[in-house]
Order: sequence, then C-alpha cells, then structure tokens
Amino acid sequence: MTVIDCNKLACPEPVLKTKAALDSIEEGVITVIVDNMAAKENVTRFAEGQGCTVSPKAAGEGWDLTIAKGYGCELPDTMPGSSPEARNLPTAILILSDKMGADDKLGDVLMRAFLSTLSKATMPPAKVLFMNSGVLLTAEGSEAIEDIEALAVLGVEVLSCGTCLDFFGKKDDLKVGAVTNMFDTVETLTEGYRVTTIR
Amino acid sequence: MKLEIPVDDSVLIGLHTGDDAGVRLLDERTALVQTVDFISPVVDDPYTFGQIAAANSLSDVYAMGGAPITALNVLAFPCKELSREEVTAILQGGADKVAEAGGALLGGHTVESPELFYGLSVTGLVDPAKLISNANARPGDKLILTKPLGAGMVSTAVKGGMASPSHTAEMVRSMTTLNKKAAEAMSAVGVRCATDITGFGLIGHAAGIARESKVSLIFEWERVPLLPGAKEAFSLGMVAAGAYANRERWQGVVEVTAKNPEETLLYAADPQTSGGLLISVAPQEAERLLEEIKSTGTPGAAIVGEVASGDASLIVR
Repeated sequence: MTVIDCNKLACPEPVLKTKAALDSIEEGVITVIVDNMAAKENVTRFAEGQGCTVSPKAAGEGWDLTIAKGYGCELPDTMPGSSPEARNLPTAILILSDKMGADDKLGDVLMRAFLSTLSKATMPPAKVLFMNSGVLLTAEGSEAIEDIEALAVLGVEVLSCGTCLDFFGKKDDLKVGAVTNMFDTVETLTEGYRVTTIR
Repeated sequence: MKLEIPVDDSVLIGLHTGDDAGVRLLDERTALVQTVDFISPVVDDPYTFGQIAAANSLSDVYAMGGAPITALNVLAFPCKELSREEVTAILQGGADKVAEAGGALLGGHTVESPELFYGLSVTGLVDPAKLISNANARPGDKLILTKPLGAGMVSTAVKGGMASPSHTAEMVRSMTTLNKKAAEAMSAVGVRCATDITGFGLIGHAAGIARESKVSLIFEWERVPLLPGAKEAFSLGMVAAGAYANRERWQGVVEVTAKNPEETLLYAADPQTSGGLLISVAPQEAERLLEEIKSTGTPGAAIVGEVASGDASLIVR
C-alpha cells in the first residue's frame, strides 16, 4: 500500500502529494501521514471531494489518513480490529451452528470450507468456541473432525460447550478439543479477545 | 517577561488596542500614522507581488482614516535565487502603488534571507478629529465590507497550481486595488470606526472591533461577498494553515448559526492579503457610502451586517 509521508509539510503540499498519489491509481487504498490539523482537514476535504472515503486515525502527534479510491465501501472506525488496541488482541471464533447460514446444504459446505480454510490461515485464531448446534462439529459423526484437529495441532484452543453436548446427547462423543462451561465462555467473550461469531 | 511601553499622552493609538497602525498627535490638527508590514509572495509575477505587498502595507494607514505621505521598502530575499530584474520588478510594483497612493518612496532596507519577503513601512497623516479606530463602533451601525473574502484560499490554490486563470486574475485585481478611494469615501461621511481585513481574517479583525468597542457584530452570511474561485479552492482542500489558526484562536467568541457552520467559519477565518476595509457606519449613511465605494474601484463591496449592543462577541447567521 502507498504511504505518503506529509510530516513537516506546509499547505498546500500535503494536498498536492495526495492528489498525485490518487491520480496515479484507478482504485485502491493509500495512507497519508499528516502532522497538523490544517493538513488533516485539507487532505480530507480534497479526497472526499474526489469521491474517496477517508478514515482518520490518531497516530502520535498527528493522523494517519486511510483514503480508499474507487470502492463503494467505507472503512468505519468501529470495524473490528481497526483500532490498534483491538488489532493486538488474540482472536476467538464463536461457532453457534453446525452450518454456516440458513440453507442446510449450502450451510454444510460453507462450514466445512470455513474450518478447512481456517486451519490454513496466516493468522489462525487463539480459540474456537463451539456452542449450540456448533458442538455437532466436534462430536462423533462430524465430517469436520480432521479440519478441527488440524487447528488443534496448530495450537488453537478448541472448546465445546458441555451443556450443548449434553442437550444433543453427545456428552461422551466429543472427538476433538476440550469441554468448557459458561463461566469460561463469558470470560472469553468479554475479556481480552477479539470475537468473531459464526451462525 | 512582559513588554513594557512607557505611557506617552501624545500617543492616540498604541500597542494595547490591536489597531491597524499607531497614531501620535503632532499638533491640534495633525496626527502621524505609522505602520510596517511585509509578506511572502502570493503570486509568481514579481511586479504584481510588489504591487500587492505595497497595497497591503498602505492599507493600514487607510484603515485609520489617514493619507500616506512617505514610505520605506523592507526587502529580504535569497540573492542566489532571485535575479536583479526580478528584484527590480518587485520594487517597481511597490513604488508604483506608493505613487498611486500619493506618497513618496524615500528608500528602504534590504537583507539576504532564505525566503523572500517584501513590504513597506508607511507614514501617513490624519486629522485627529477624523481619526478612525476599531474602538468606535456603536450599536445600530451598519457594517460594510469593501472587498470579497477568500483571498487566502484562492492564493493557496494559485500556489498549488489549482486555480483557473480567471479566478487568479480576479484575486490579483482585488489584492492590487488600494483601499484609498474607500477610505476617502468613509472619511467624507464621518465614519469613526473601521479596520482592514488581513491576516486574522474577518473574524479576527471583527473581534478586534467588538472587543475595543464593547459591542457585538452580527454578520448576515448570505450577504458576505466571496471571491470567485474561493468555493472551488475550499473543496479542493486549498485552505491556508492561517485559516485554521484563526479559527482556533477566535472560535470561542464567534457563534455561527448560518447553514454549513464549519465551512462558513473557515471562510470567515480565511487570512486575507491586502483585504478590504470593514467599516462601521451610521445606518442612515450606509447605502450612500456603499454606492460611493462600489463606484470607485471596489464593486464587490456590500453591507454585510450590523452592530448590536453586547459583550465583544460575533454572530454569523
């Protein structure tokens, strides 16, 4: 990604550098580093005037302005993991169903593909939590056991809800990972993890 | 450490009021007006820059109701980057404006500097009975602005190569126009309060009037003239850093109720080079004075608001 360092530059230089960078791409994302309010507001106004989306983040004495050109999407500040604090947190994935989405057949395929891809991800999660019918994936009869075992081998903590296993009559049929209780689940969801939920 | 200035009864206007120039009484019918100002280039053409810098320096005398009599050049420039011809052109631009103002250029002082600066120290005379200051606005007065705002934005766009030739020409025309005729017209109708709009923008200089006159100034934003190209420059991010600094400094005394308040505040904070006069005039004289000013070289002048009793605040509505 292109990074334009506009530290110590006086107006209108930051805008001119931003313009040159945006003019050189059809679409894409650039980051403009500014160290004063005038440059921040001018670059933002210029880029927005050109139809780009600007996401400012405080960085040191100034701001990093992430400018997306050509995409119809936004980079909201509340996007999971967008703040530096959240980015450094370990990830936990909460799986609430044995299928991904509503359609049974497609849901099956997607869930299998998800778990298999997850084990090959560059940044695998710290924890995967299976709840509700999600526990059917870790118990006897699941076709995803191998993929989930691959995750466990990577050091991913695989946890299944004891109450849920009990409910589905699979209490003694857990094939991969450990059983967890609601106390641990609440701790994971509320403290120290960036949680992504799959239903 | 605090700057200590000895009290002198003959000083009618000194440092403490933040006015445009200092004024010292010479005799019952004569007071001396003195000012100095210099600026960095706002345009590429050296002769034009000289004219603008001189018009900007002379303006402070006009804002006090005075007439310039003498002037001295103040020039700092990088010897290796500027040719003799360019330096001569700058000084010629200044000399021509001093002559147009009716003053005599007596000399000046030049130093080498990594950056180019040019301006003038100007001395003028004023009848103390007709002295104009920023402390004499009265509730009920109308406010006339003699030149459109937006010069800071358009000149930033010029610097960035993002101003159209016609917008640049219009800005140059405004900046090279002396406030001479407008000042003569206001003195003729007995105006006692005015200031020129320069680096602090409309809000900064208007705040000076509000503070020193102990009044509130109310601006009708739809009537405030803007240079052509100012809005384009604004949306291209061509806003001078000075506008943000002015906003920071004065936003506490300004209440903006006009639509697009953030945008409006930046226009009102835009620093002007060789800007117009902001005149506080008795309501019954306002229309007549406006017509006179419009017909003598500054057709963009407008009545932009009025003075109300108040607490040194500004309202932009």
